[in-house]
Amino acid sequence: MTTASLVAIVGNPNCGKSALFNALTGLRQKVANYPGATVERRSGSLLGDTNIELIDLPGSYSLTPRSPDETVTHDVLLGTYASEKKPAAIICVIDATNLSQQLRFAVELRSLDIPMVIALNMVDLAERERITIDIKLLSEKLGVPVVETVAVRKRGLEALKSKVLAALAAPAQPSADYGSTVKERQRAAQTIASDVTLSEGIGHKTTRILDSILLHPALGVAILATVLFTMFQAVFAWAEAPMDMIDAGIGWLQVLFTETLEDGLFLSLLNDGLLAGVGAVVVFLPQILMLFLFILILESTGYMARAAFLMDRLMASAGLNGRAFIPLLSSFACAVPGIMAARSISNKKDRLTTILIAPLMTCSARLPVYTVIISAFIPNINIGGIFGLQGLVLFCLYLMGIVAALVVAAVLKRTVARGPADTFMLELPKYQAPNLRFVMIGLYERARLFLKRAGTIILASTVVLWMLGVWPGPPEGATEPAVAYSLIGIIGSGLQVIFEPIGFNWEISAALVPGMAAREVAIAALGTVYSLAGSEEMIEAGLVATLNGLWSLPTALSFLVWFVFAPQCLSTIAVTRRETGGWKWPSFMLAYLFVLAYTASFITYQTASALL
Amino acid sequence: MDGSPATNTPVLTALGTLSPGAAGRLAAFDTKAHLTAPDMIDRLREIGFAEGLNVELLHHSLFGKDPIVVRVGAMTVALRRREANLIRIQLA
Repeated sequence: MTTASLVAIVGNPNCGKSALFNALTGLRQKVANYPGATVERRSGSLLGDTNIELIDLPGSYSLTPRSPDETVTHDVLLGTYASEKKPAAIICVIDATNLSQQLRFAVELRSLDIPMVIALNMVDLAERERITIDIKLLSEKLGVPVVETVAVRKRGLEALKSKVLAALAAPAQPSADYGSTVKERQRAAQTIASDVTLSEGIGHKTTRILDSILLHPALGVAILATVLFTMFQAVFAWAEAPMDMIDAGIGWLQVLFTETLEDGLFLSLLNDGLLAGVGAVVVFLPQILMLFLFILILESTGYMARAAFLMDRLMASAGLNGRAFIPLLSSFACAVPGIMAARSISNKKDRLTTILIAPLMTCSARLPVYTVIISAFIPNINIGGIFGLQGLVLFCLYLMGIVAALVVAAVLKRTVARGPADTFMLELPKYQAPNLRFVMIGLYERARLFLKRAGTIILASTVVLWMLGVWPGPPEGATEPAVAYSLIGIIGSGLQVIFEPIGFNWEISAALVPGMAAREVAIAALGTVYSLAGSEEMIEAGLVATLNGLWSLPTALSFLVWFVFAPQCLSTIAVTRRETGGWKWPSFMLAYLFVLAYTASFITYQTASALL
Repeated sequence: MDGSPATNTPVLTALGTLSPGAAGRLAAFDTKAHLTAPDMIDRLREIGFAEGLNVELLHHSLFGKDPIVVRVGAMTVALRRREANLIRIQLA
């Protein structure tokens, strides 16, 4: 613990709390429009003042915790949280356009013995809605300073800081008791709100108009389906040009090295190990960014909560509720944040079920695997002139994961996670134009993480794999490529016994092992193994063409299906262990996914072999 | 405790039985709900439902007309009809 004073930012979900935290600390942090976005401890210094450590607490409606993330807020504020000291002051953020509702939490916080400053946020929106609030009177009524802020435009930050400093220096404001029940506090809040509100406002018209379209029973569902379909189509089509450029760059480097460097181990490490391996993964950066672009926009506009509403009925059929849709949609990007976002689910059994099915949502790391195989085996033709067949196959793979997730959830809810289903209740935030800064920061952060992974885990696995692939060398008079006699060949051949019934050759079997570190490594590994097997064509034609020549269609389909269910990467296992508090559930997850993947691939391979 | 309807109150309608377009004023919460869902009323209050607020049923789901989207005061809340039935409305 540092000696800096701890100041906590609290407020209802959707009050702009995280945006204010970002503006005050300059720390990169995710801002989302749905409850439960702030699941990790985020801290930073207050406008560069290192004497004050600011923490962002998960959004809560009251001090009665309803979910694991709200428990954090409760425990920290009461000073009972083990790894956090009690805050020296709190900044309570209130959405100025929703004063009477959000004041209830502020009123409840006044019963704590902690100095408080109110940040009346989104005052620009309030002005536009013609809401007028008497700040001075509000401050008098509550007995604490009130500062007007606009987090996204960085308005009122200096004033807020000076009030926080003053609150820290002065003795705590005497705590105030507004009643012990929710109803009493609600009354108190309503009374204060109506006293200080000079003009009621006209409401958020845009939100009403948009909702009448986007939440329309039939139209709304059609739009959601279109949004999701467009997302997957865009991932394939729009990312093609930058991907071709990266691919060409890698090929150019390999040719350059071949021409300038002496033939030998070093050249092999560079071309077969690093460029073929890491390069095979880096190519997918544009696709992954495209996927995140969509998810970030859905989050920052407020559409995500609407999607949860539209999906509630479907989720209910699997024994879950619409709220589980949000962590599951995030899992399309990566299961790790998805599993963490499940903390916003109040019901324990629902949360466990959501965590267990999250890996069935096709994460972005599997995209490279899908893309390579689809490009190699599915013809690039148009259907009806609009949709490409490749994009359609990709969409079907995602759909398979979703359907499987719902079926597995339904089974789990009737067996290991049996219990009464929680209900669905969710605030739908106002629509906002996507915050460009938020989206760009999110994309930058994602690109950085991805390249870091490529430079560390993927690089290391590739180099290790390359070493296993060149050693030991082939015996005299070897008839097969050298790699077949290496350690990787031996391991692959050993595993092939298990994987032969689902159509995997020894190269695939060998690639599955490093694929555990991160799923996209499987492609890097295939790149390395095949590059070692026949350097020349590989460099000229690339992995896609190589696979096309070497695999049968049933093997390719089986491999795709395997990756729909494939046992997850090490990070997912680690986060599941942390979130479920033990090895029981991650082991269960690993086992059921392996069985599912093997069974599905077996059926696919055998059926395809019989038919083709 | 929770503002039980007196004998002379006008007819109240459960929010969960309404169709989109229906609007009124939140009059009371189902007092008997404490027996079946002890803290559900508190949860409804916390998310923004309170006596005296204007309520309007805006949308319902395509599948089974459940859940519903309700405007309450300055907020928009999505919930299922079962919980909405704990809310009694004085129709406009």
